[in-house]
Amino acid sequence: MFKKILALSLAVLMVSGLMIGFTSCSGGNEDFKVGFIFLHDENSTYDKNFIDAANAAAAALGLTKDQVIMKVDIDEGPECYDAAVELVEEGCDLIFADSFGHEDFIIQAAEEYPAVQFCHATGTKAHTKKLPNFHNAFASIYEGRYIAGIAAGMKLKEMIDAGEFTAEEAKIGYVAAWPYAEVISGYTSFFLGVRSIVPTATMQVEYTNSWFDIALEKTAAETLIAANCKLISQHADSEGAPKACETAGVPNVAYNINTSSIAPNTALISSKINWVPYMTMIIEKTMAGKGNEIPYDWCGGFNEGAVALTELNTAVAAEGTQEAIDAAIAAFKAGEIKVFDTSKFTVGGQTLTEYLADVDTDANFTKDTNVIHDGYFDESASDKRSAPYFDIIIDGITVPAAN
Amino acid sequence: MNNAEKKPRTKREPLIYITKRSDLSLKKSLLIRAAVILGGILCCAIITMLLTGVNPINVFGSIINGSFGTPGKLWNLLQAAAILLGISVAVTPAFKMRFWNTGAEGQVLIGMLASVACMFYLKDSMPSFVTIIIMLVASTVAGALWAGIPGFFKAIWNTNETLFTLMMNYVAMQLVSFFLLFWDPSHGYLNPLNSDTKNGWLPTLFGRKQLIIILIVAVITALVYVYLKRSKQGYEISVVGESENTARYIGINVKKVVIRTVLISGALCGVMGWLLVSGNSHTVSTTLVGGNGFTAIMVSWMSKFNPIIMVFSSLLVCFLQRGAGQIASDLGTEMPGASNIGDVLTGIMILFVVASEFFVSYDVHFRRRTEKADKEVEKNVHA
Repeated sequence: MFKKILALSLAVLMVSGLMIGFTSCSGGNEDFKVGFIFLHDENSTYDKNFIDAANAAAAALGLTKDQVIMKVDIDEGPECYDAAVELVEEGCDLIFADSFGHEDFIIQAAEEYPAVQFCHATGTKAHTKKLPNFHNAFASIYEGRYIAGIAAGMKLKEMIDAGEFTAEEAKIGYVAAWPYAEVISGYTSFFLGVRSIVPTATMQVEYTNSWFDIALEKTAAETLIAANCKLISQHADSEGAPKACETAGVPNVAYNINTSSIAPNTALISSKINWVPYMTMIIEKTMAGKGNEIPYDWCGGFNEGAVALTELNTAVAAEGTQEAIDAAIAAFKAGEIKVFDTSKFTVGGQTLTEYLADVDTDANFTKDTNVIHDGYFDESASDKRSAPYFDIIIDGITVPAAN
Repeated sequence: MNNAEKKPRTKREPLIYITKRSDLSLKKSLLIRAAVILGGILCCAIITMLLTGVNPINVFGSIINGSFGTPGKLWNLLQAAAILLGISVAVTPAFKMRFWNTGAEGQVLIGMLASVACMFYLKDSMPSFVTIIIMLVASTVAGALWAGIPGFFKAIWNTNETLFTLMMNYVAMQLVSFFLLFWDPSHGYLNPLNSDTKNGWLPTLFGRKQLIIILIVAVITALVYVYLKRSKQGYEISVVGESENTARYIGINVKKVVIRTVLISGALCGVMGWLLVSGNSHTVSTTLVGGNGFTAIMVSWMSKFNPIIMVFSSLLVCFLQRGAGQIASDLGTEMPGASNIGDVLTGIMILFVVASEFFVSYDVHFRRRTEKADKEVEKNVHA
């Protein structure tokens, strides 16, 4: 009996060994494989945005199903490293991870497998680590949020003009996930967009301390509405806030998803990062054997097609919004406007002339680099890093007191 | 059975009745187990087809691929099983004593926190092996303390240890959250420590970081096996577990045994926390124990508190878990909900495995009105 089992298992082992041998022997681009590591599955709007982009890029480049391996529900812990090693062993030439906390584990794998390219979204360390096979990416989503802010500002203006409330009462609410630079940069750019239309606008922020929590986001939105916020925006990944706004009849702006089906009477527009251009670029480069040419830090904007706005809900938007959006996009493409123009905001009543940001990540979060020059705060600069570092609370925005 | 004894041939026999098996050959017991597991697989296949419409062969292919697809996957399976085994073995002394320690998750976590604190403050001020020893001591003490508090209360005031140890889990989680925010106020997130100097990291043997974890857990398992089966203290544990009164009668100091055993159990959990930090994560977060502290309770029970059987139980559980993960990855991006199918299948399989123990211990009879059945009843009644 034991011998039979032994013989059988040996046979199975040998056959599978042969199969692995065969698959790794074919040449050319059919041999290319790309692996993805996602924090959640597609029930999370954040990961769905990446999954959809990965599928779109793979389809456009004609990759077959066997050439794309996706791992979902990979926590920000050592299992991320384990998943990366598994992908390497399954023959991946390029591995992409989508969550901030994956970074160190991806770096660990990148150091061990120099022949494989590793790309990581939202990370901060590639430009200081300088590994030839480790790369960060982000998008200048603050520009998208600024434009969403313009749409929101025009809606506010319409409501003010209709006599619903005075210009001084124009307060917007913002459901924010965490007090990180990425989030602060996001709501500040949205706020500046609103202010470019309604200069008297103010903003109140509520943190949920979670990227995805339907109930918390709903409660936060309700709190803001009860505090007389006339319009709600968000940087959190669920549909909680738009649903609360639809119930209360308050216009709202979302992120990464088109919410017009959830909130047909109140959803205005969403800004989103389109990852297809980046994914296409890294797959093409790696397939051509030029993976080392992928920049350490890639920050796509409107020109690269990396920042996008979802379709404007004309049933809610003020008249002329689409024209204003198109004009703003054209201005960004031409480099004519800067979101963080220091003449447009103050901090503690003062105009900023210099600001040290923590660009080069280290254990003590040292503020190391001056990022203000030529009259603007240079967010996600190409010579610095792609992930946002704007972490200043400007005048007009109230955040919950730190406890 | 008492009923049957009085009236072996009532007019209305129950449709199904069970009797305890007394003598079952190893071959037959293995056969029953195999049959039940086969039934489980069949049940999984049917449920998968009904819920997803995916060919179950593909699903089983995914499960096997999840553990054996590449050498790395096999190593990851062994590592996951070793970690689960280590925690299962750690909770066993307490459980064998009928001390319902539901706090393994927290005891491991507090052990991790202690190790991480050592790494955070020592950095590379000492040679790596000294750091590792300091971490080990700190984690062991922390784990023992975390179990010792409820153990002490139980022994002295007879408090309910199930609730007490369970609540200690949440205290441990909040402590971890607190320290993460204390160390990094802006993110509450700690990257792996000393990733450049590797100080306080267990060495990688033969190019596989998993190997040393597996070896250390093997040693722990062997030690606990010997302790429980061969030592006087191990015997005391079984007696206290079977009957406290008997233990008292034969002169065992029950309070002392309870506290000592709980301390040992907690200390072993702490050691596992150290192993997780030093050998694998090099950081801590509230989710890094990943429910293993609870799964370990099931593994320990499933294996009837026998560390050797636990080797196989934890392998089986991890094999299913990794299979579930593979299903999620293979199907999850095209079919929402696929990631949950894996968990459903794992649950079904574990249910069947637990059920197989029932069928090994008990014989199930159906009412049959034949000569043969009557004879069988007769035989069972008089056996």
